[in-house]
Amino acid sequence: MMEKIAHGSDVTHHYLRPKKKFPNVWCAGCGNGIVMGALIRSIDRLDLDKDNVAVVSGIGCSSRMPVYLDFNTLHTTHGRALAFATGVKIAKPNLTVIVITGDGDALAIGGNHFIHTCRRNINITTILIDNRIYGMTGGQFAPTTPGGSFATTAPYGNYEKQFDVVKLAIGAGASYVARGTVYHVQQLEKLIEAGIKKKGFSVVDVVSNCHTYYGRFNKEGDAVEMLSWMKKHAMPIEAVRKIPPEKMKGKFVTGLIHEHDATEFTHEYQMMVDRLAQKEAEK
Amino acid sequence: MKRSGIGKARLLQGNEACVRGALYAGVEFFAGYPITPSTEVAEAMARELPRNGGKFIQMEDEIASIAAVIGASNAGCKAMTATSGPGYSLMQENIGYAYMTETPCVIINVQRGGPSTGLPTKIAQSDTMQARWGTHGDYTAIAVAPSTVKECFEETVRAFNLSERFRTPVTVLSDEVLGHMREMMVIPEKGELEVTERHKPDVPHEWYKHFEISPSFVSPMASFGEGYRYNVTGLTHDEDGFPTANPIEIKNKMEKLRFKIERFADEIHKIRMDMMDDAHFTVVSYGSVSRAARQAVTMARERRIKVGAIQLRTIWPFPDMKLREMFAGVRKVIVAELNMGQLVNEIKRVAPRHTEVFSLARYDGEVMTPHQILEKIREVIK
Repeated sequence: MMEKIAHGSDVTHHYLRPKKKFPNVWCAGCGNGIVMGALIRSIDRLDLDKDNVAVVSGIGCSSRMPVYLDFNTLHTTHGRALAFATGVKIAKPNLTVIVITGDGDALAIGGNHFIHTCRRNINITTILIDNRIYGMTGGQFAPTTPGGSFATTAPYGNYEKQFDVVKLAIGAGASYVARGTVYHVQQLEKLIEAGIKKKGFSVVDVVSNCHTYYGRFNKEGDAVEMLSWMKKHAMPIEAVRKIPPEKMKGKFVTGLIHEHDATEFTHEYQMMVDRLAQKEAEK
Repeated sequence: MKRSGIGKARLLQGNEACVRGALYAGVEFFAGYPITPSTEVAEAMARELPRNGGKFIQMEDEIASIAAVIGASNAGCKAMTATSGPGYSLMQENIGYAYMTETPCVIINVQRGGPSTGLPTKIAQSDTMQARWGTHGDYTAIAVAPSTVKECFEETVRAFNLSERFRTPVTVLSDEVLGHMREMMVIPEKGELEVTERHKPDVPHEWYKHFEISPSFVSPMASFGEGYRYNVTGLTHDEDGFPTANPIEIKNKMEKLRFKIERFADEIHKIRMDMMDDAHFTVVSYGSVSRAARQAVTMARERRIKVGAIQLRTIWPFPDMKLREMFAGVRKVIVAELNMGQLVNEIKRVAPRHTEVFSLARYDGEVMTPHQILEKIREVIK
């Protein structure tokens, strides 16, 4: 047992930047670190060369993650990570491009880029850490904040409606859409791993906890209590398919929710280039 | 480069000439969003890049376009976009990101009337100041400006060279008339114009600092996928690219952004002078206004008025010292521009005490005519 833990820690440290980067900016108990660990282990399992992985992020708590990771890392402007990542991927299609984003970053200010990147089905994996609130600016409501919840900009309860990230991504054309939680870490690792392997645009929506703001404002308790809420309310897609919809009340679906095969952007572009070259040669 | 028509005179539109210039300079990536009057640049790029080994993408807006350009540049491509006023405004935050992260890229701004949607199909030089101060914070901008179709080609090549040389975004300030007019031009042979390549690091990976503060000011730049695994952030950062709150590191970074360009301003400045040798009066302008200015000056010379023309091909950084020298024997300066007076304040700032500065501003969407300038010359020499 001890040996295994030591080995796990070695793997993690192999992918982290040692100098000057720690301690990290996140609150104690934050889900971001759990997602970072899961991402590292899935990259390790896929045996990817660190030099050929690019991690791109926007602005927000979760978007600080690339700074700690020993890859090619691009910490960009608020909401624009997917647009930057699209440029990186098209310029160098052999790079594995992973985007780390939050619910505000990806769905509010970056909502337009999110749907268009889904539509293009470009081979990028997006890990959307969804804590239902703006953490870095101090607890304002986000497009994922449930109706009635409290936030600093919803002091009398949120009267807006929330996005369903999964439905949005499927509707916009993403070829791989999954949801995990920071409680179900082993499942999360597998979902990320499969997302990276998928040739096309992958979205992994990760239900995470912001006990500092969301938990405190909405009386959902500390990190441990919020994690046990996830444990109680997550329903694997396999189970959901077997039960009547009314039994889903208050629960949310996890697992690989949607997958389809569609032509991928950089591949399509290369096909066009090859066709043009062939035409030119025939002349 | 295929089908480039090298060496042959051909009839080209200003916007097409920008594309030819970009291909000559080795552009590998274009991302853009349609906007009048710059759209022909994107259209020509969509035709040319796939058959010249490059990448083209039409993004969902201008914010995404410049973001993709910066991403591609960090992945090693010579990258550019093209836009006009409203699109240029949308790009400003990410242009600031390019300044901060010292990412080379070129933005062709085919100017139109503003503010807001303004005059999409009419000429203006309304972004003269936006090209200098468009994004928040302190930085030194580079902007170049053509006045003919041939210069559209040359200035685009120069924009790429300056961008790669100084690791910074460079704006080409074109305008609606220039972008859409057609003139004959001969595409230069390969090697005829200088083409600058990005300075790459030659140190072992562990020694590399992506934002090194070096005696030469501009640090070498590795690309993603080359084994250097550096961090890029728009947060103020140290030499390794990691966020910093250290006052010394912050100061060093800010000064680098300024001095890496200002120290080499002589390499960047480019000024054309016509009939300035014995001139007591001069017309200062840039872009398509300079065409009218040259003609007006010729007409005035026929009337024995000792007037010359100065065309700025580099707008930013502003050529303070050079202009001050040129104004040594000049009593009166007319600044002709297609806005309510942006360049004129810069000229007033640099003009010596003996030189009086007059503004000739046109902002009705029409071109500046030689007669209009001639009339102003006759008015101020009285």
